[in-house]
Amino acid sequence: MKPLTTEQIRAVIAKGKFRDNLFKAIGVFCLAFALLVIVALIADMLLKGAERFTLDFFLNFASRRATQAGILSAWVGSLLVMLVTALAAVPLGVAAGLYLEEYAKRNWITNIIEINVTNLAAVPSIVYGLLALGIFVYMFGFGQSILSAGLTLALLILPIIIVATREAIRAIPAMIREGSMAVGATRWQTCHYHIIPYAMPGILTGVIIGLARAIGETAPIITIGALTFIAFLPPVPFSEIDGGGSAGLFDWVMSPFTVMPIQIFNWTSRPDPAFEVNAAAAGFVLMVMVLSMNAVAIYLRYKMRKNIKW
Amino acid sequence: MSANNASDLPGVSDRLAYNAMRNWKERLIETVLLAAAAISVLTTLGIVYVLVSESFHFFQNVSIIDFLTDTQWTPLFDDAHFGIMVLISGTLVSSGVALLLAIPMGTIIAIYLSEFANPKVREVAKPILELLGGIPTIVFGYFALLVVTPILQFFLPSLPGFSLLSAGLVMGIMIVPYIASLSEDAMRAVPMSMREGAFAMGSTKLYTAVHVVVPAAISGLAASYILGISRAVGETMILAVAAGMQPNLTWNPMEPAATITSYIVQVALGDLPHGSIGYQTIFAAGLTLLLITLVFNILGQWLRAKYREAY
Amino acid sequence: MQIHDTPTLKAEARNLNFYYGEVKALKSINMPIYDKKVTALIGPSGCGKSTYLRSFNRMHDLYPGNRYEGEIRFYPDNTNLLSPEVDPIEVRMRLGMVFQKPNPFPKTIYENVAYGLRVRGENNSRVLDDKVEQALRGAAIWDEVKDRLQEMAPNLSGGQQQRLCIARALATDPELLLFDEPTSALDPIATGAIEELVHELKKRVTILIVTHNMQQAARVSDYTAYMYLGELIEFGKTDEIFIKPQDKRTEDYITGRMG
Repeated sequence: MKPLTTEQIRAVIAKGKFRDNLFKAIGVFCLAFALLVIVALIADMLLKGAERFTLDFFLNFASRRATQAGILSAWVGSLLVMLVTALAAVPLGVAAGLYLEEYAKRNWITNIIEINVTNLAAVPSIVYGLLALGIFVYMFGFGQSILSAGLTLALLILPIIIVATREAIRAIPAMIREGSMAVGATRWQTCHYHIIPYAMPGILTGVIIGLARAIGETAPIITIGALTFIAFLPPVPFSEIDGGGSAGLFDWVMSPFTVMPIQIFNWTSRPDPAFEVNAAAAGFVLMVMVLSMNAVAIYLRYKMRKNIKW
Repeated sequence: MSANNASDLPGVSDRLAYNAMRNWKERLIETVLLAAAAISVLTTLGIVYVLVSESFHFFQNVSIIDFLTDTQWTPLFDDAHFGIMVLISGTLVSSGVALLLAIPMGTIIAIYLSEFANPKVREVAKPILELLGGIPTIVFGYFALLVVTPILQFFLPSLPGFSLLSAGLVMGIMIVPYIASLSEDAMRAVPMSMREGAFAMGSTKLYTAVHVVVPAAISGLAASYILGISRAVGETMILAVAAGMQPNLTWNPMEPAATITSYIVQVALGDLPHGSIGYQTIFAAGLTLLLITLVFNILGQWLRAKYREAY
Repeated sequence: MQIHDTPTLKAEARNLNFYYGEVKALKSINMPIYDKKVTALIGPSGCGKSTYLRSFNRMHDLYPGNRYEGEIRFYPDNTNLLSPEVDPIEVRMRLGMVFQKPNPFPKTIYENVAYGLRVRGENNSRVLDDKVEQALRGAAIWDEVKDRLQEMAPNLSGGQQQRLCIARALATDPELLLFDEPTSALDPIATGAIEELVHELKKRVTILIVTHNMQQAARVSDYTAYMYLGELIEFGKTDEIFIKPQDKRTEDYITGRMG
């Protein structure tokens, strides 16, 4: 091969640079397209649903007449289900993460648990619904209740919280542990006074992301048979019940319920276009809930990355 | 201050008792924590138990051969047929459409962010992408049915109101952030010295990205694609809302069809009695779904292991 | 030394300054690089020797905030390599570089060596085969790899990887070969092989080598430059620098009183 002349080299470079620029344009286009779709999605729901953003919409039950229908039972249901989910998933997830990072010996049990957590994260959410249908609804007899739904979503987000906890703990340098142990603290005292507090921001991020995922989940809750038309609220503790007597402290967990995503699904599937407006408005509310939770978590994470210097 | 007064210090037996109690407490805590970690294993066992036991009842009534080869899926008709291929075709076609959009687009965005964009663009775009990954799928379902389908119908007048195409495209958009974000992580993890080696040979940015960075990050890219496939195969609500729920053995994305997941939703919305054959079908369908995702996950882990060896 | 030795210039730094953002990393360096000779850059860590080396093929252009002042003249065409009008890619096509840590691409051995040719648009397999063999022979690794050209390069040992990287640089017939501490990640035997290779290569190509190892500089180079805190303290024939350095600081460094 004869060495290339300067002109030939320049031609090769010009061609390469042209491809660079072409790719850059395609890259910007793809990125802009993905972002644009989201903007379109939010704008569409906001504009279409604008007429429903009244106090009544938040305070009315579902109704056959689109203009009178509201999301009261849906958002109350979502909040209560989230409460159960958080109460179940946070202690379990943090404890499991703590065990795997601080206690577990390198043996087959630990290996199985680790492989298991990784694989669970990839199981489709509807499969959790089937699990809950078989175990919580029928075997345990919890029925189609807030408890069943909350526990289902808790299992669904458990891997997220475990992984977040482990990552947060792993970021704590060994010297903290050694320092604590060196003054005679037991393993649990070390965890209690040092590891858990230091890992808290990371754990919190994982919890928020997990709950944001859970609040938007529809499929597993439909699978356990949540009702779509609920025109009442779960009993408030110690309130009077229609049939006489008063509700117990935990009666609400066994109550039938609906949640935001199911309400949206219900309205989206109706042929009457008037309900599209409701679906758009409810969808926008759900988006605001989920995106603000995620935004808080992402903000926390970026802040943490910048601030923590051991 | 009476620190030297020996009687103030606990006696030896007291200290031993304290130690014993402390050890006992530590043991207890460790056991409780282990139990929490074991919940995840129990979850898996529960999933397998529920799916397999209900499917077992199902397969006592329906032969596996029919299940795999029948071309009709009409479990609720008098003349019941249980051909799972009908549902699998819907799942594969919608996933195929989604991935044809998401893999190239996600990869291009990842290459752009990792190799071309200036750090400021990246710092803004990455969190926004992650934010997109959190949008509830029901919202995407709404979007597919009420926004994307009408737009597509403008260009393709023959497109029905429900279609795998529309649901698949929106599903693709949903998956793009996952693939872009994970692939970008993988490419940023490629050491700078590798890029410098390529640039020192006179390569341009794109040439470096395609011929050096992408091959070096291939296991991470493969992992992100596998995750995308799992998401697509397991996605439910977009399909339940926008793809129609009638069983339809088809490879044509322009048609409406049920998928494994949307069939489960459809049955769950109705009022099937516990223990009926119709009730059991959703577990057989769920088991099929789980096996499909399992295959892809094993494939993904195998790919990762293979490329980690090579590089 | 030899009386008939009248070296021609291959390159020349003229009043070269370099800034990492606000930090001035190179301070008005003036230095010749002679054709078909080995020039070693020595000095303590952080003295700017790698920064200087990486200015030749404009590696600093890859990162934002870096700035050159002054010139690096490149002969015979008398181009200023640092001129904003000169395309850094064109510069990099004329120069070759071997890095501190072997950095073979995640490709086959063959494709690693063919890389530079493919970048230049060469796809004729006969030409490629020839060039790859020549380059691998030139880097003294042909016999070890001739039967496994289709294996992945990262599977080679560290010393083999580094010689492969040299072959990769040689395949495009560079006019100047830059070595950035090429043996710092290698064991003594592999280091010996590379040094021998450098000795062999200077018949064909001009070499500029950064090394933290003074014995290595003494063994392989014809000229040596001692740098300290971004300045060129002393430049001269290697024998002279090592036997009777002119500057006190050079003497301190090469006698091990500072390091």
